[in-house]
Amino acid sequence: MRVLLVDDEEELVATLAERLDMRGIDATWATDYRTALTLVEEKEFDIALLDVRLPEMNGLELKRQIGARQPKMQFLFLTGHGSEEDFEACSAESGKECYLIKPVQIEVLMAKLNEICSGQGEPG
Amino acid sequence: MQNGWKSYKPKFLEHSNQASGTDKSLINFKRLWKQSIIITLAVVLLPLFTLAVLDYTISKKALESELLLRSSRLVSNLRRNLTSYLEERVFALNFLILDNSYEQLADENRLKQLLEHLKGGLGVWYDLGLVDHTGKQVNYTGPYNIRGVDYSGQDWYKKLLPKEQETHTDSNAAQSDVSDVFLGFRMTPHLVISVLHNDPQGGHYILRAGLDIEQLNAILSHTELGNNGDAFLINHEGIIQTPSRYYGAIMQQCPLPVPPFSQRTEVIEGQNHMGQEIVTSYAYITGTPFILIVVKQKDTMAGAWESTGNNLLVFLAGSVLVIVAVVAGISTYLVDSIYQADQKRLALLHQAEYANKMASIGRLSAGVAHEINNPLAVINEKAGLIKDLFTFRKEYAEDQRLLGLIGSIINSVDRCATITRQLLSFARNVQVNVQNINLRHIVNDALEAQIKAASSRNIVIDVDIAEAIPEFPSDRGKLQQVLINLVNNAVAAMKEGGRLGVKSWLADDGAQVVITVRDTGCGIPAENIEKIFEPFFTTKSGSGGTGLGLSITYGLVTEIGGSIGIESTVGVGTTFTITLPLKYQADKGGTHAGTVG
Repeated sequence: MRVLLVDDEEELVATLAERLDMRGIDATWATDYRTALTLVEEKEFDIALLDVRLPEMNGLELKRQIGARQPKMQFLFLTGHGSEEDFEACSAESGKECYLIKPVQIEVLMAKLNEICSGQGEPG
Repeated sequence: MQNGWKSYKPKFLEHSNQASGTDKSLINFKRLWKQSIIITLAVVLLPLFTLAVLDYTISKKALESELLLRSSRLVSNLRRNLTSYLEERVFALNFLILDNSYEQLADENRLKQLLEHLKGGLGVWYDLGLVDHTGKQVNYTGPYNIRGVDYSGQDWYKKLLPKEQETHTDSNAAQSDVSDVFLGFRMTPHLVISVLHNDPQGGHYILRAGLDIEQLNAILSHTELGNNGDAFLINHEGIIQTPSRYYGAIMQQCPLPVPPFSQRTEVIEGQNHMGQEIVTSYAYITGTPFILIVVKQKDTMAGAWESTGNNLLVFLAGSVLVIVAVVAGISTYLVDSIYQADQKRLALLHQAEYANKMASIGRLSAGVAHEINNPLAVINEKAGLIKDLFTFRKEYAEDQRLLGLIGSIINSVDRCATITRQLLSFARNVQVNVQNINLRHIVNDALEAQIKAASSRNIVIDVDIAEAIPEFPSDRGKLQQVLINLVNNAVAAMKEGGRLGVKSWLADDGAQVVITVRDTGCGIPAENIEKIFEPFFTTKSGSGGTGLGLSITYGLVTEIGGSIGIESTVGVGTTFTITLPLKYQADKGGTHAGTVG
């Protein structure tokens, strides 16, 4: 399973990528949208795990840009925020089930990734 | 009596303006009340008093002048009577002197006969005498022996004598004189009327008649004078001529001063010799030495005025009483109405302020949760990675102590995450799912989870849901969560058993449903009531409570358009009251919308 992690918090995203690696997931990370889009140009991913609030371009817009490049890719949103706008946006974009609030237990995340990848999750 | 007043005493009179902040009323009601009463009374009573004083003065003056006028009229009438009485007698003597020759008058029998005629026609004559030109009384008929008396030296005689320079065009015209009242030879008060006849052949003689003053007395004493009134005659020297009630006997000097001469009737006010205020009316009786005096005491005259004045006073006092009562009543009613309205305004303001505060706390909570969540996520991942390293690399996998420490860090992060999620839940206005709900079912569902805990703690549960409550649109999940939270709280508050009551009914206006959750638990101290809905406020420290349950409940009730209130007494119990609209309306205030970035 190839997962692209995008979060402006490098400490978080790098550590998370390493942990996912340990669990046999091919995790690549980026801390801004440019790197993320470059990565998408270079390599195919199954799932993108996006922070909702990213500098310069928010997660939802990034999702559309990535989706344009790799239409088969599925998405999962991660946020530290619980605002109504975020919630409504995420729900509209990816469905309620594809929205996780930080901090997330690795087991929960793994389960979610597996669920999406095996096609049980709602399509992004 | 005191209790009666207490129950009628308007609340604003007990209102203290000590409160501060939004509780402070902008109006000092006691002062407003006093001002209202004083100003209204002043506006009403000042004209009333002014009119009363004016009326009093004018009426008094009118009455006084009326009394003076009456007194003056009385004197005029009396003067006319006295004048005509005396004139009649003068005319009678004139007639006799013209009708009889000197010789006839000098005849004793004739004179006697004439006296008899006079007595028969014109009352009490004493005697009749003829005085010749030398002043000697040449003929006399009467009870006394005064024939031959010489009057030539007496004043009246001298006054009556024809003056040298006077020429009489009318030889028949008689001159007359009415004397003062005197005792004379008779030693009894009488007056004498003398009529002079100038003989055309030269010489003169005088017919002189004594007249009893009884008839004069009768005229004066029959006059209606009221109490303390006095009518009498004095002569120009101030000697009393007819009996007086208060000013001395006949022939004595009158203590009142002789009034100045006047053709007309006059009235003067002053004091008498006893210091009493009197009104003296007088008139000079023409052709006589008499002055008619009528004296009235002022206080007697004022009697009539007093009753009028008293009536005026009673009317004024009555009016003032009624006005004061009405003004006080109206002012009290109006100020009380303003007070009630102001209290309502303060309550609404307080409520709005509280909702605003809760909204601020909500926004703050969302911000705090967000800021903490990110570092928390980093800690979580780092600790997770360490744990992963330990787990995936066999050399560390055996170190249970390190694994335990990592596990503890991750657990703590988890606990923090639970708190921030609850905070977000309080702060976030999540979508509501509105559907028609059956309140009875929701209450039963909420209670079901606690029935076991309740029975083990000896808690009796009463449910009373009014039949009249229809199904109404609301968010089933949120309402259920609200009731579960409140029931949990109630059960937690009754550690040693008690009674849990859930009651619901339609509000009076029929547009709202009221739900109460009542417990007989430990109760909440008054100082905590204000904070009870704030996040992290808990009295269950050390028992695992996060202090977010009631703040979440508050947020949920607000979201579904309702309101929640609390009443509690320590040791008696607590009642939460939720009011929900029958017609669904979402929270418009956005009190907990997490709009912070």
